[in-house]
Amino acid sequence: MTDYNQQMIEKYRGNFLKEVEHNVEEGEWVKMCMQCGVCSGSCPLGPHWEHPPQEIFMMIRAGKRDEVLKSDSMWMCTSCYNCIARCPRGLPITHIMHGLATYAKRLGLVPKEQPTAKFAQLFWDNLTKTGRVNELKLGLALYFKVGEGLKTALENKDLGLAMIKAKRMNPFEIIGGHKCKDIKGLHAILAKAEEIEERKIGMKA
Amino acid sequence: MKIGTYICKGCGLGERLDCDNLAMIAEREGKSNIVRQHDYLCSAEGVKMIQDDIDNEGVNHLVIAACSRRAKTEAFDFDGVAVSRVNLREGVIWVRPDEEELRETTQEMAADYIRMGCAETRHMTPPHPNENRGHEERVLVVGGGVSGMKAALEAANAGYPVTLVEKSGRLGGAMADVWKDIPTKAPFDVLVESPVAGMAKEIEEHPNITVYLNAHISRTSGAPGRFSADISVESGSTVTENFGAIIQASGFKPYDLANLPEMGGGKIPDVVDQMGLEKLAIEADGGPIKRPSDGKAVEKVIFVQCAGQRSDKEGHLPYCSGHCCMTSIKQAMYFKDQNPDIETIILFDDLRTPGAPGEDFYRAGQDKEITFRKGKVAEVVADGNGGVKVTFKDLILNEDDTEHADLVVLATGMVPNAGVNIDLPVTEEEEASEGEGEGEEAAAEVSVPVESILNLTYRQGPDVPQLKYGFADSHFICFPYETRRTGIYTTGPVRRPMDVAQALEDATGAALKAIQAIENAKLGRAAHPRSGDLSYPSFRKEGCTQCKRCTVECPFGAIDEDEQRYPVFNESRCRRCGTCMGACPVRVISFENYSVDTVGQQIKNVDIPDEFDEKPRILVLACENDAYPALDMAAMQGIHYSQWARVIPVRCLGSVNTIWVTDALNSGYDGVILMGCQKGENYQCHFVKGSEMAHYRMSKIDDTLTQLNLEKERVQTYEVAITDIERAPKLINDMAELIDEIGQSPFKF
Repeated sequence: MTDYNQQMIEKYRGNFLKEVEHNVEEGEWVKMCMQCGVCSGSCPLGPHWEHPPQEIFMMIRAGKRDEVLKSDSMWMCTSCYNCIARCPRGLPITHIMHGLATYAKRLGLVPKEQPTAKFAQLFWDNLTKTGRVNELKLGLALYFKVGEGLKTALENKDLGLAMIKAKRMNPFEIIGGHKCKDIKGLHAILAKAEEIEERKIGMKA
Repeated sequence: MKIGTYICKGCGLGERLDCDNLAMIAEREGKSNIVRQHDYLCSAEGVKMIQDDIDNEGVNHLVIAACSRRAKTEAFDFDGVAVSRVNLREGVIWVRPDEEELRETTQEMAADYIRMGCAETRHMTPPHPNENRGHEERVLVVGGGVSGMKAALEAANAGYPVTLVEKSGRLGGAMADVWKDIPTKAPFDVLVESPVAGMAKEIEEHPNITVYLNAHISRTSGAPGRFSADISVESGSTVTENFGAIIQASGFKPYDLANLPEMGGGKIPDVVDQMGLEKLAIEADGGPIKRPSDGKAVEKVIFVQCAGQRSDKEGHLPYCSGHCCMTSIKQAMYFKDQNPDIETIILFDDLRTPGAPGEDFYRAGQDKEITFRKGKVAEVVADGNGGVKVTFKDLILNEDDTEHADLVVLATGMVPNAGVNIDLPVTEEEEASEGEGEGEEAAAEVSVPVESILNLTYRQGPDVPQLKYGFADSHFICFPYETRRTGIYTTGPVRRPMDVAQALEDATGAALKAIQAIENAKLGRAAHPRSGDLSYPSFRKEGCTQCKRCTVECPFGAIDEDEQRYPVFNESRCRRCGTCMGACPVRVISFENYSVDTVGQQIKNVDIPDEFDEKPRILVLACENDAYPALDMAAMQGIHYSQWARVIPVRCLGSVNTIWVTDALNSGYDGVILMGCQKGENYQCHFVKGSEMAHYRMSKIDDTLTQLNLEKERVQTYEVAITDIERAPKLINDMAELIDEIGQSPFKF
């Protein structure tokens, strides 16, 4: 992974804007930001971001590669779409944030213990294992692997019980759970997709 | 003289007022020969009744007692007669509550206004067009840049012959030295050829346009419709021509780069201004642009916006030159269009891209990957490796940063080429009286007047007065192009900073203004803002003391002096504000339908009850441009004011002669309110200096009040805007309250 990072550094030699344009989903929009700051003002989590979107875009243009990709800012996005709805220049800001997060992950630059990143990985692993999300295991993983802890788990116990009552969650899932019909086939599809993607972005020949 | 008074009973006047009583007053006290009442005076029938009296009965002085003079102007438009409008609707019934116990004072108000109207019309003369007029149709355009060429073409295409005088040897001005121009059509991403060549060709081929190159104006005299100018041509000889109007498009000079040593200006060869980059682009002609120092093809360029402008530092320009952000985007495109890999950074503070193409052009620049960074440059120095180092503070990331580049372009501003600042020798006096200063001081620093553009023979100075920062205009927003010299219009960057697109539009406007001036001058009528007014000032020579106050105080330089130092009125230059009339200490200046008498007699004819009646009188002299409409609008909205007020509209507060105030106080008025427009640096006075002069004159009236042993508070001067709909009536009510407090005037008989 870090090889890939090195590979990209060499390829773009300091032209981070170009790198973002070529590798980040909707990255070609970054240059169109006019720095009005409406996105930062609209973000419900704005105060908790190290760099709000306006700053991220400016940093990209100023070539601050490490500071952007190692930042946990884009991981804070909750996809509320306020910024997209309000951007006078029509930038798909939410998508760019996810695009940046994906790219950072691909380069191996995600900050350690970043909860959103960790949870996203848990979700992916949980889903791809059987082809179906195991809510019980995912929930427990959130509390005990990501680190929300026992206290939060107990606070949400009524919610869990209600979900069981409404048949949205099955306590027996703890020993296996539901799955898709052809797990092998699914894994083959995913492996192929990954192979195609890696070839496309140049991680593999 | 035969006076006809016509009283309207429509709009509730008949119900609220005793019109028979008003008719009796008009007849007995107002000495009207004919008095008629009508249920609906502005109807065709009512208007015909008046016209019939004019035609058959020989009525030549009218009193129309109906609505405000601002309403029904088309219905009550009679030729060749003196008309006084008595405002019974907006001035009386709409500003007073409809209550039985108030009928008496409301009726008294109306009766006073009838007396005033009759007195006014008696002292008017039906206005005749001024005889001292010129019929010259030729337009003189001074300056052959984009603005000048456009103005010349527009005027010539409208059928007016044009003489264009350009001081250099070719047409085109500054825009002849640029490589490409900003696009004016969607999608605004392809640079276009400068319009200069096409326009110059059109001018050369135009049968209506005569061009003098390498020429300047060595003398200008006259007035709209009859200007005469000496054009000094290359050979050294002089051509004298007559003109109807003048358009001054003398353009700008680029701000001197050498004033910015901290940004490398004048010190580092690879730091150029925008005109300098145009030169490099023309040399490259589509190929790689090379830096001046060693001819290396530029790989990275930084544009620094607001270099030496929008800054309060000494020697910098305090204003925004308007075009530079667009120009820098355009120039960055020179590089990007040639080679997209060239790095272009625009360091801006506030990116301003005005005009129709503005936002799209900015977007096109971003799309071409020009990098825009909001930052303030601290320093530009040579980096020792042949490049230039720019140190700046990034205002978004709030941190200091540096960039290295092959070339740095400073977006310096425009300095108007407005000729001699005629106000400079008197600034000391002016500042003492006006209490303004910052703007003018800055102007004094930045504009170094070299030589006059027009060489006017006016007593007030050789060039048109400057407004702010050396730009020649009289009001950027309300009266663009209108200088304070009637018939002379400025356009383009000499008036305010602007780009080509704006200059083209501006020049068209100036050409239309010039044509309007020519046509009005032909008919002996006033130009803006009392366009079409036939009256003009005249003076009684035997009474004149040659004090020169009228010539000095005329805001428009309309009055010259003859050899014996008597004033010479140039009627076509006059805007009919009456500031001279207000200035005259011996009161010899008057208009046919507006004079010291027409107002003075109105004041005298108000009935002043004795002090035991406890009915005070408040005289309100309201500027007809802003304050009077504000009071009218208050009436329309049903806002009431004191029944003691008697409002007289004046052309401009500058026309108020202090004798009116003294007379009013002497004859028993309890208070006097003057309402004029905003004065000072951001003035809104339609006659530029009128309101200011009035405030100044009124500041001296305290002595009179002390002599009369009256309280100073009895005379108040206010600045009232047209939007002060609630405030204007409140000022009147405040005065009524004040009189309650301090008691009535002791001068009642």
